[in-house]
Amino acid sequence: MRDRIFKAFLLISSLAILLVCGAIFYSLFTDSMEALKHFGVAEFITGQEWDPNPDSETYGALPFITGTLLTSFLALLFCIPFSLPVALFNGEYFKGKKIAIVLGSIVDLLAGIPSVIYGLWGFYTLRPIIVSLGLSEQGFGVLTASIVLAIMIIPYAASLSTQFISMVPTDLKEGAYSLGATRLGVIKNVIFPSAGSAIFASFVLALGRALGETIAVTMLIGNTNNIPLSITDTANSMASVIANQFGEASDLRLSSLVAIGLLLFVITGVINYIGKMIVKRFN
Amino acid sequence: MKKINVVASLALAAMLSSCGGSKEVITGAGATFPLPYYNIAFKNYQATSGVDVTYGGVGSGGGIRSLKDMIVDFAGSDAYLSDKELRDMPSEVIHIPTCMGAVVLAYNLPTVKKLNLSGDVVADIFMGNITSWNDARIVALNVGVELPSIAISPVYRSDGSGTTFVFSDYLSKVSPEWAKSMGVAKALKWNTGVAAKGNPGVAGIIKQSKGSIGYVGSEYGFALNITMANIKNSAGNFIAPSSEAISAAATAKIPSDMRVMITNSPAEKAYPISCFTWLLIYKEQDYNKRTLESAQGTVNLLRWMLTPAAQNLTTKVHYSPLSATVIESSLKALDGVTYKGENI
Repeated sequence: MRDRIFKAFLLISSLAILLVCGAIFYSLFTDSMEALKHFGVAEFITGQEWDPNPDSETYGALPFITGTLLTSFLALLFCIPFSLPVALFNGEYFKGKKIAIVLGSIVDLLAGIPSVIYGLWGFYTLRPIIVSLGLSEQGFGVLTASIVLAIMIIPYAASLSTQFISMVPTDLKEGAYSLGATRLGVIKNVIFPSAGSAIFASFVLALGRALGETIAVTMLIGNTNNIPLSITDTANSMASVIANQFGEASDLRLSSLVAIGLLLFVITGVINYIGKMIVKRFN
Repeated sequence: MKKINVVASLALAAMLSSCGGSKEVITGAGATFPLPYYNIAFKNYQATSGVDVTYGGVGSGGGIRSLKDMIVDFAGSDAYLSDKELRDMPSEVIHIPTCMGAVVLAYNLPTVKKLNLSGDVVADIFMGNITSWNDARIVALNVGVELPSIAISPVYRSDGSGTTFVFSDYLSKVSPEWAKSMGVAKALKWNTGVAAKGNPGVAGIIKQSKGSIGYVGSEYGFALNITMANIKNSAGNFIAPSSEAISAAATAKIPSDMRVMITNSPAEKAYPISCFTWLLIYKEQDYNKRTLESAQGTVNLLRWMLTPAAQNLTTKVHYSPLSATVIESSLKALDGVTYKGENI
């Protein structure tokens, strides 16, 4: 009897999550219909104009899609040289040692810092550095936003990778050592092949986090509704345009913003799916 | 989804008010620009009349939406409803101005303490036609001032805003090119500069980067004491933004429905980018099962907002009081408010 109740409870909880997810998709879908019908789905996605003036109202999502994808993938690129070494350091070289525990908790702490604080740090510390390096006039843009995003997603990539690296069976590694392999050789020939797909999955998770980040990006990207032509250009991201313009938007503009939300939902879903597929192929 | 902000703030308001038993509560939502003034004014009103007023700063658009949905007693807006918006409302809406403000041009040029600008020059700066601080047209307005030869970087609002509306309304009146290519709206399509959210965002960027110029609400500019440019008004005088200069803009003729933008005022001492902010209510107060008491409470609140007691509070929080003529026509408009067809 008890077992049955517990089973029913589990089922209801799981269904509730499905329901919430479905409800979010449904309301995004219905609220974005007005914009998608008005412009056409393909035209909306490839549209480069964002003109809120009532006389010449046109909305296209391409500048924001490029902004989001560019900042997120750059951030992923920037975060690899930091998170992978941290993972190897903690999960292999100093596994279980005090220094690894300290470093691990500091990296985890990075995940707990509210994103507005990253934004402030980027605004007051990183931006002046970008300006003094002569990379851009005011220091706002894709590059600044990506660097801050990279720091924000390091803990997501690093902690999971650490776990997977430390989970590589010891007898496999010992076998390699007994055959005369060096530490680097073990990493290359044993750890990466066996934990590779899991490490990849943790980077996909980190990318998902970067795609949706709002406030830190808003503070640094410059919020200009154009397609960035270089990484020092100012731009805008999908999450940031929604956060910025939602308050005063109505009718077609509100619907266009919801449609961007729907696209972000779909893009995140597709990227996660592709990630899962790649993980499967590795295995 | 659309009403989520309002519903959340109303839920909070309901929670707070339920502690005090069956006390009378008037709820409103809307513009954030007058929020600091409304906070202090409604607190004073509570102290003198015992009536609680809750106001959710959700933006003018959100306020108007809530009024349209009939879930608030009044809405706050920085822009008056257009003829089309008025027709879209379920019944007749009246506009009551509550205080005045302005849009000021803040700039960051450490060596320039006083800067004169004219409307057409501001328009060309924000359209990207004037790109350097020592451009001949800026130099001509500032005889004897050493202007640096650095690039101008304009800063504008990334969020939809009444401040942008007032700013673009003024520039459309003084620059035909602006009227043609940029227009008047709460959010525009910009070709130059960087954008930031809210007055704090814009002011923050200006403070941090040399050569920048941006527009912020006067209440924010005054409170922070930022360096602001003097603007040439239509009488040809360079006017520094101040409480008196802003109030002076409303001495010109005001239409009886109070739907007017007072930018580019012809008055001699007026600061040219001044504006009203309004509270909007239905002329017929019997809607959505409202009682006569809440109708009366709403009208009493609005009447009180026009008394010297309330108007004197405006300057304390860096807004400007309404002129006598505006108060007179507003009171007249309130006399026309009805409940089930009868005057309140």
